[in-house]
Amino acid sequence: MADALQLEIATPVRLVVSDMVDEVIAPGSEGYFGVLRGHAPFLTTLGVGELTYRKGRDEYHLAVAGGFAEVRNDKVIVLADSAERPKEIDRERAERARHRAEQRLGGRGQEEIDYARCTAALARALTRLHVAGRPH
Amino acid sequence: MATLRDIQRRIRSVQSTQKITRAMKLVAAAKLRRAQERILAARPYAGKMKELLGNLVAGADGAIHPLLEQREGPRRQIVIVTADKGLAGAFNSNVLRRSLEFVRSSNTQEVTLVVVGRKARDFYRRRQWPIKRDMLGFWDRLAYGHAQELADYFMQQYLGGEVDEVYLIYNEFRSVALQRPVREQLLPIPRAENGGGSGAEVDYIYEPSPEAILGDLLPRHVRMQVYRALMESLAGEYGARMTAMEAATKNAKEMIEVLTIQYNKARQEKITKELLDIVGGAEALKQGAEA
Repeated sequence: MADALQLEIATPVRLVVSDMVDEVIAPGSEGYFGVLRGHAPFLTTLGVGELTYRKGRDEYHLAVAGGFAEVRNDKVIVLADSAERPKEIDRERAERARHRAEQRLGGRGQEEIDYARCTAALARALTRLHVAGRPH
Repeated sequence: MATLRDIQRRIRSVQSTQKITRAMKLVAAAKLRRAQERILAARPYAGKMKELLGNLVAGADGAIHPLLEQREGPRRQIVIVTADKGLAGAFNSNVLRRSLEFVRSSNTQEVTLVVVGRKARDFYRRRQWPIKRDMLGFWDRLAYGHAQELADYFMQQYLGGEVDEVYLIYNEFRSVALQRPVREQLLPIPRAENGGGSGAEVDYIYEPSPEAILGDLLPRHVRMQVYRALMESLAGEYGARMTAMEAATKNAKEMIEVLTIQYNKARQEKITKELLDIVGGAEALKQGAEA
């Protein structure tokens, strides 16, 4: 049952994935959603999280943040602000980002907008660290 | 008449200039290739984005986003994009001339200038135009982040009601040998860009609403437009420098040829003169002996 869905993941700076896959699970802004063959036309904004796609028995993972996903005619197009495969992730940088975000969130007297940004930065760092632990 | 030594010195000087222009050409060619690859790499995202935008604007009936709204206000922001460095033929001067025409034709009371690249800053500073914001010295490490920073600045001003329209003037990369200054309206987002779509209405399930998705998409579209303009300008700069340096290298070669001929001629003349002197001297001696 290969070649069920066409998956394309692009960021402003490059095309990250262009492949035929069996299943896609992506982090929508309203929650994770799964796509199989025959999915209804769907358009959503993306949150921060792990995007998983399956080819046969192999699963692949990416850390994605922000953007959109469109599902139409068995074609899934993901336009993400960033999308990284496990081995592309800079663990140390993500670790530092997490540390920084946690420090700031722990502090007091922060403005509202800083709080939102810190939470988002923390979510991105945690996702990266999580995905970095994946085999591929 | 220049002496032999003078000519030799000039030949050497032109030769070292030629070495520099040739090196600059090679460097520009290598950087140009990278810049072109980046433009290509950004295309899938940009293309798809445009299509989505078309579909969404068609789908989100009635709900007009502030970034799309055409206002009748007079305050115009003009963004001029040049390189930081020269030695690229008419690359900078073309776009500066074009921008100056546009700036002058606008109502000067209502115009604000944003300059990207050192050449644009120097040009308008010299003419004592007030510069609202500049961005310099980033070309060697141009990243999406730079475009994002600029685009967010424009949108913030636009949405805050400080300006009513934003125009970009930059060099469009047509080919290695051809760059053309172009003017584009960035904000409000022109209708031509958001009309159309794929034609066939798709009955999407939207999550969240079409309006919310549009609100997320439009700022990214603007950032991408700025990013593309910056990349085009960068590739154009390298293309222009490569062409200019190739011409300079060729001119140096011709100059060396001319100078070499001059040198040989002068050398020949000198030898002839020396020979004549010797012959003359010998003649004189002979006559002296005969007398």
